[in-house]
Amino acid sequence: MNWQPSASLQVIRERARIYRQIRSFFNTRGCLEVETPVLASTTNTDVQIATIEVPGFEIPFYLQTSPEFAMKRLLAAGSGSIFQITHAFRQGEAGRLHHPEFSLLEWYRTGYDYHQLMDEMELLITTLSLRQCSFTRITYRDLFRQVMDLGVDEVTLEELRGHCAKSVPGTNVAELDFDQCLDLLLGVVIAPTMQGYQFVCDYPLSQAALARVREDDDSVAERFELFFDGIELANGFSELTDADEQRLRFEQDNAARAQKGLPQYAIDERLLAALESGMDDCAGVALGLDRLLMVLLELDSIDQALTFTD
Amino acid sequence: MIGVFSIGTEMASYSTNEFRSGLKIMLDGDPCAIIENEFVKPGKGQAFNRVKIRNLKTGRVLDKTFKSGDSVDAADVVDTEMQYLYSDGEFWHFMDPQSYEQQAADANAVGDARQWLKAQDNCEVTLYNGSPIGVTPPNFVELEISDTDPGLKGDTAQGGTKPATLETGAVVKVPLFLEIGELVKVDTRSGEYMSRVKK
Repeated sequence: MNWQPSASLQVIRERARIYRQIRSFFNTRGCLEVETPVLASTTNTDVQIATIEVPGFEIPFYLQTSPEFAMKRLLAAGSGSIFQITHAFRQGEAGRLHHPEFSLLEWYRTGYDYHQLMDEMELLITTLSLRQCSFTRITYRDLFRQVMDLGVDEVTLEELRGHCAKSVPGTNVAELDFDQCLDLLLGVVIAPTMQGYQFVCDYPLSQAALARVREDDDSVAERFELFFDGIELANGFSELTDADEQRLRFEQDNAARAQKGLPQYAIDERLLAALESGMDDCAGVALGLDRLLMVLLELDSIDQALTFTD
Repeated sequence: MIGVFSIGTEMASYSTNEFRSGLKIMLDGDPCAIIENEFVKPGKGQAFNRVKIRNLKTGRVLDKTFKSGDSVDAADVVDTEMQYLYSDGEFWHFMDPQSYEQQAADANAVGDARQWLKAQDNCEVTLYNGSPIGVTPPNFVELEISDTDPGLKGDTAQGGTKPATLETGAVVKVPLFLEIGELVKVDTRSGEYMSRVKK
């Protein structure tokens, strides 16, 4: 019987160390630690995220895929800047970098935009690494241009499928839509070429998720991701605060879900009511803590960072 | 677990989230085995399963990328432990030790395994729709040396090897002191000599 932890005791101690340092980092910077439920009656409508439904209730309950909605209700309630270390759950995500249950640090900064949040993130990661780290920032558009000489604004779907067929043989490219092609190229072709800590920012609007549209360039969203050697560590936005726009995106998600034959979820009306009541401009980000441990300790797979995998 | 191959007319299928190494699936009309499965999901985007697959008919290894959530047909492929009986030159004959049912595998199905096959030894025979498409010899076999250069008397400690032809036709490198008629243990996966076996 294999009863032993999946992670080594060294990794388990390192996790404790970074949690202590994260708390001290945010406490000294005036961020309030909060706790929100991992079990709730609403969930994310995002087409690419599969929710785990929990049986045993009269109405459906879901393990939360992210604490985002509840934390935004706190922001609307006037909490000011907040942070949380919690678990999130995603159905069917399993592999070298994925596990259906994972730990994340999510924080929101009132009055910040996404670049200010990236600045703070650099400081946090340098603190946790116990050494000087260097970071680069590149736009999504420039990244595709630099690595693949591909213009994401000009390219047609047919050309994009051609790039996929050439770069990733053995793919049925005819069934991929525009964003799926970009996802494939980013994940399989571009990410492996990325080195060190790199922020990718200004995602196409079709991949805006819950990010605000950029004021001086309405073709992109104020969204960023942090990678280390091509491993995605964090995803953040200048947060959308417009309730009507948010409702529209939820409805678009559900329409896309219907088209793909995926379950549709009730829109989180409490989040929309909270936005309606007014939420200060803010930026927020989620950082995967298991993957951060992988990177800090040079582990090969997420299983080596997880205390137990079952 | 869902997707286990079911007996009947309806073909079972596997979703990408059931992919793991060793799983047998149908691809472009041929039975294949998954060697490696990698889950790739960039950011908040579409997830993909990148798999390395061996075509069980041709032995060829190829890369395939599926959108996560897609499903593929299961292949009616089973690995069974069978006893090797003999070869008539065209076919290699095997017997199921439980049912005594016999199977004849052609040269294509037997492949490189043929050089290790000795009557009475147990092998793993891969059956596709009930017919052999592959044979895996035991990891270790004990075979007699049928031909090699004369041994060097007393030279048991020195390094150095010489080729030896075994009773099944395989040629392996053995230590210099071994003689015709002696029995050796060989690792069939690497084709390497392991040890001398006392008769």
